[in-house]
Amino acid sequence: MSEVIRKRIEGRGCVLRGDDIDTDRIIPARFLRCVTFDDVGEHAFEDDREQAKGDHPFDDERYRGAKILIVGQNFGCGSSREHAPQALMRSGFDAFVGGSFAEIFFGNCTALGLPCVTLSPEDLSALMDSVTVGPDEQLEVDLEAREVRHRGTSWALAIPDGTRDQLFQGTWNATAVLLGAGDAIEATAEQLPYVKGFQA
Amino acid sequence: MSPTRKNLLNKVWDAHTVRELPGGQTQLFIGLHLTHEVTSPQAFAMLREMDRPVRFPERTFATVDHIIPTESQARPLADDLAEEMMLALERNTAEAGIEMFGPEKGEQGIVHVIGPEMGLTQPGMTIACGDSHTSTHGAFGAVAFGIGTSQVRDVLATQCLTLARPKVRRIEVTGRLASGVYAKDVILAIIRELGVKGGVGFAYEYGGPVIEAMTLEERLTVCNMSIEGGARCGYINPDDATIEYLRGRKYSPEGAAWDRAEAYWRGVASGPDAHYDERITLDGSALAPSVTWGINPEQSISIDENLPRVDAVVAENRPSIEEAYAYMGLTPGEPITGTKIDVAFIGSCTNGRISDLREAAKIAQQGQVPAHVKALVVPGSQAVARQAEAEGLPDVFRAAGFQWREAGCSMCLAMNPDKLVGREICASSSNRNFKGRQGSPTGRTLLMSPAMVAAAAIRGKVSDVRELLQ
Repeated sequence: MSEVIRKRIEGRGCVLRGDDIDTDRIIPARFLRCVTFDDVGEHAFEDDREQAKGDHPFDDERYRGAKILIVGQNFGCGSSREHAPQALMRSGFDAFVGGSFAEIFFGNCTALGLPCVTLSPEDLSALMDSVTVGPDEQLEVDLEAREVRHRGTSWALAIPDGTRDQLFQGTWNATAVLLGAGDAIEATAEQLPYVKGFQA
Repeated sequence: MSPTRKNLLNKVWDAHTVRELPGGQTQLFIGLHLTHEVTSPQAFAMLREMDRPVRFPERTFATVDHIIPTESQARPLADDLAEEMMLALERNTAEAGIEMFGPEKGEQGIVHVIGPEMGLTQPGMTIACGDSHTSTHGAFGAVAFGIGTSQVRDVLATQCLTLARPKVRRIEVTGRLASGVYAKDVILAIIRELGVKGGVGFAYEYGGPVIEAMTLEERLTVCNMSIEGGARCGYINPDDATIEYLRGRKYSPEGAAWDRAEAYWRGVASGPDAHYDERITLDGSALAPSVTWGINPEQSISIDENLPRVDAVVAENRPSIEEAYAYMGLTPGEPITGTKIDVAFIGSCTNGRISDLREAAKIAQQGQVPAHVKALVVPGSQAVARQAEAEGLPDVFRAAGFQWREAGCSMCLAMNPDKLVGREICASSSNRNFKGRQGSPTGRTLLMSPAMVAAAAIRGKVSDVRELLQ
């Protein structure tokens, strides 16, 4: 199963400031009572937005239609729920630029073909300021050149090579890759004594 | 590398490697897959769309925990959405030939409680589950990961994951814990020291005299919260206590197979000269009971400390501290002890085991829950509930004014009827104090050990459990 190749994402940015934004905030648990992901997009940051009374980036007209979410440090910490990246993807986001990402969130995003790239703290701050000033201008996340560009400035982005390869080759949907190992899976299992119930 | 230099993570990783993938990732065989109703229905749907079978149905086990009500588990469940999720799990597991531990069998419980108690969780395994607290199972010397739904699909279809090998940080806890200081206090202290993102890129190996002296149930509490420190997994080397715990469990091997199992299990422990990417040491003798005061698990203090002053922390941490104070409504510089609570919750995959309930009961029987406090005790599994009943614990709790409930995740995560209301403050034995975590968007959570929750419950305010242990 080959997927869409993701080398460059372009669109408007949305700045969501703050560190350690956890998955319970991205999508409160009460909206996880579902057997499909179809409706999770409607509830992204629902409680934060309610409490901000309209003063939340997701309710800011200037960011309407944004495709790239710009976040702080340790974004997506907490639960392994894929409902969190699903909610953001279904809200229109195709990529995330941040200071750092929690590992399970990062893995979930990769499995959905959503790149999570990081910038140094200084560059992230400059990018946030630039997008805040010019929210209508296009932001580019160029995985090939390893650069984020906005309003004539570019900043170096970081992404692990393995993840970048997956996005470039359209192999971020891992099932097909894993199936490619064929019988080597059973061969590995055979070598593990517990798989055979420790029978001689 | 010689076996004496290899740590457990690398031994287990190498044994489960199917192949190396381009870009430095590994295709890793997963020995045990646990699943529940919240993160699996979409994965089964994806599998059907791909027209793929479950590759190793005998290596996946299921239960229902997040959405199940704890007042009545009678079917159909009162909440239609919860019933739909439970039906989906029952149908998906039946179709695939996966063992399901449902309430009607008396084997239901929180997935991270039943894996160990059934003997499914064993040393030297790789374990995955669509739940971040899968790190819990590392207490047995397993390498255990929380995964998302697309990865649940991968495991169902191939029994494998693509993963990057983590670095290993050895965390040595020296000395001996004082009375009133529990496993929960140890892990809260580690997270306070290393931070909520300190573990990103690492597996945590816990060791040293304090960890070695712990029972397996205490070790489960420590490993459970590895993820709160940013580490995707945490583990403890298997030893005599691990082997003894496993003897006679439902899925433990027997006879000659047991002997071979024991040899394998002991063999996966980190070698005497094992290499670690980093090492840190914590003095366990210096620890006191801990309480979180903020909105992430690193924001904790000892019960006898005062809340941190904003200007006393480094500038880059000030915005998050200010955000925490604004949400919690607490005052910098004041003591945490004496903070009035509205709700007390004893349970969860962190602290819902029989030893947790025993410690809490010792405290509960010394007082009475005041009228303004709602106190819940929720066993982590039906087996824990049966054992507690055999020991008379429900009566102890009820006599003290606690509600005794049925097994489930309950008030840890707000996916069932047990939730905070408004700005209630909850003394909780669970694992996350995130904004809104316990079901009210403005609800407040103070994490602490189950004995500390019991002390807060009977006094109606945050209290030092050591005063009740003398």
